[in-house]
Amino acid sequence: MKGGIGRNLYLAFCAAVFIFLIAPILVVVPLSFNAEPYFTFTEGMLRLDPDAWSLRWYRSVAEDIEWRRALVNSIVIGVCATALATVLGTLAALGLANPAMYGRSLVMTLLISPMVTPVIVSAAGMFFFYSSLGLAQTHVGLILAHAALGTPFVVITVTATLAGFDRNLMRVAASLGAGPWRSFWRVQFPLIAPGVISGALFAFATSFDEVVTVLFMGGLEQRTIPRQMWAGIREQISPAILAVATLLIAFALFFMLTVEWLRRRSARAAEA
Amino acid sequence: MNPAPAHVEFDGVSKSYDGVTEIVRDLNLAVREGEFLTLLGPSGSGKTTCLMMLAGFETPTSGTVLISGRAVDDVPPRRRGIGVVFQNYALFPHMTVGRNLSFPLEIRNLRQADIRERVQRALRLVRLEGFEDRRPDALSGGQQQRVAIARALVFEPSLVLMDEPLGALDRRLREEMQYEIRRIHRTLGVTIVYVTHDQQEAMAMSDRVAVFNGGRIQQVAPPETLYEEPERVFVATFIGDNNLLHGRVLGVEQDICTVDTGNDVVSAFLVAPRKVGDDVTLTIRPERVALAPTPGTFSNEFEAPIEDIAFLGDHLRVRLAVCGSADFAIKIPNTVGHGAVLKGDHVRIGWTPTDCRALTPDEEIA
Repeated sequence: MKGGIGRNLYLAFCAAVFIFLIAPILVVVPLSFNAEPYFTFTEGMLRLDPDAWSLRWYRSVAEDIEWRRALVNSIVIGVCATALATVLGTLAALGLANPAMYGRSLVMTLLISPMVTPVIVSAAGMFFFYSSLGLAQTHVGLILAHAALGTPFVVITVTATLAGFDRNLMRVAASLGAGPWRSFWRVQFPLIAPGVISGALFAFATSFDEVVTVLFMGGLEQRTIPRQMWAGIREQISPAILAVATLLIAFALFFMLTVEWLRRRSARAAEA
Repeated sequence: MNPAPAHVEFDGVSKSYDGVTEIVRDLNLAVREGEFLTLLGPSGSGKTTCLMMLAGFETPTSGTVLISGRAVDDVPPRRRGIGVVFQNYALFPHMTVGRNLSFPLEIRNLRQADIRERVQRALRLVRLEGFEDRRPDALSGGQQQRVAIARALVFEPSLVLMDEPLGALDRRLREEMQYEIRRIHRTLGVTIVYVTHDQQEAMAMSDRVAVFNGGRIQQVAPPETLYEEPERVFVATFIGDNNLLHGRVLGVEQDICTVDTGNDVVSAFLVAPRKVGDDVTLTIRPERVALAPTPGTFSNEFEAPIEDIAFLGDHLRVRLAVCGSADFAIKIPNTVGHGAVLKGDHVRIGWTPTDCRALTPDEEIA
């Protein structure tokens, strides 16, 4: 076949890229079922000896008070930061979608800036600023910090959804007698909801795997899962971290599928 | 019988977005109650902007819009009680047809039984009984436009605005919908202000047509008057076909003037207040020019060679060079077969002065 060698090389290269990207992540999964306190495959595991495999690290995570606190912290901080980022980001996107708004691109750039600023810079700045307000080492401080990091995602996804939104719908709603509040909830929000939800998911994911600001701003009481893993690697070196990592991978997978499902749904709605 | 009182009045309305170019210039227009008035003009002539100012989506830069004699400058769109139909239908895509129609009624806190009854009545009016559970994306373009019209009528406004509502439909469906909208207008007696750039649509549907160009109204009149008695050159050419001849007034006798077009002298009906020596533009409809009349029938008779003939089925379109015009068109009904005249023939043509209107050239008005 003509070009057969080129094509095989091409496929091999693609496969190599995928292995390079995914193998470091996937290797964590079987290792988390290790029966021994090692980060490597034991001989028993390679022989598929059932005794070499166990759920002991999952059990230890579930029983460990520090991991449980970390999970609660991650969820509380993540949910609160997400709620804040979603409301603020959606409002900002709605305002930025108005062509009559003055200085639109400047405001947009400012709102997006947390995404492009190195997190260590934002985190250091926030640390000094929040400390002077007495918000460092508090849940409120971390929630505000994560909301600031998550808002740009909401602004971007909602702005993208609004680009496909027919402004005549709002005019029609007004001509039919609806006030701005009712027009928003009955007409606009249902149609931009996919963008709002996927923005919210991104904001949650940002907070959920964020470690730098937590290192700066969080005390012992504010340790989240990534912060606990950081501590785990440095201090106790236990495969419990691998169990947590596997759980996080499962969460990320679920998250990606949800976003993709939303994207398809809104693409279908846009076609109609 | 007195004419119906004004429902809508534009009183010296101008609109500019940048403070320099005026999209609408000093507009004065009254729409009578129950009238079907069309704003007709090329794109960018300001007709849609007028409609949006009436609906309340745009604010006049100066001047006042009055509805039923009341200035509505401070009345937001939702309190104007006007039904609006957009070109792209603007149906709520996440609601069924029934929910689209009940939306304005729920806002008005009507009882459920009333809402159901009114939705049914509106669907009957646009002949879409049984469609209330469909989603807009499951309807054809024509059906979607019917729903949009029903939604603009369901809360019983006395004034309905339509912005190029048939623009997205194919020709056959457009004609059908023109008829439907006329029927609804007759049935309900509402005032309709309709925007289109399609002169045939405007002619077919309207009680009166306001012709727009460059942000100004050129003429407001019933379709017949616009066609037979255009007062501006723009109107004479925008509505139907017309031949334009340019010349200078040689003499005026009552309302007939003689005009020198360069090589020929034409007598015409003097519409504009023009004096001897002024420039005029003459308009003469292609179908009002007679081919080979008995000599002496008309005071305007000329001879010219046929430059081109186009066979268009029901009529022939013959082009000749005469009276300083290089493409003077005449229409000959296809009743004699198309072999009657041939390209290159020298023919005699003629027309009566009253069919030939002497107007002020548009350049002098702008």
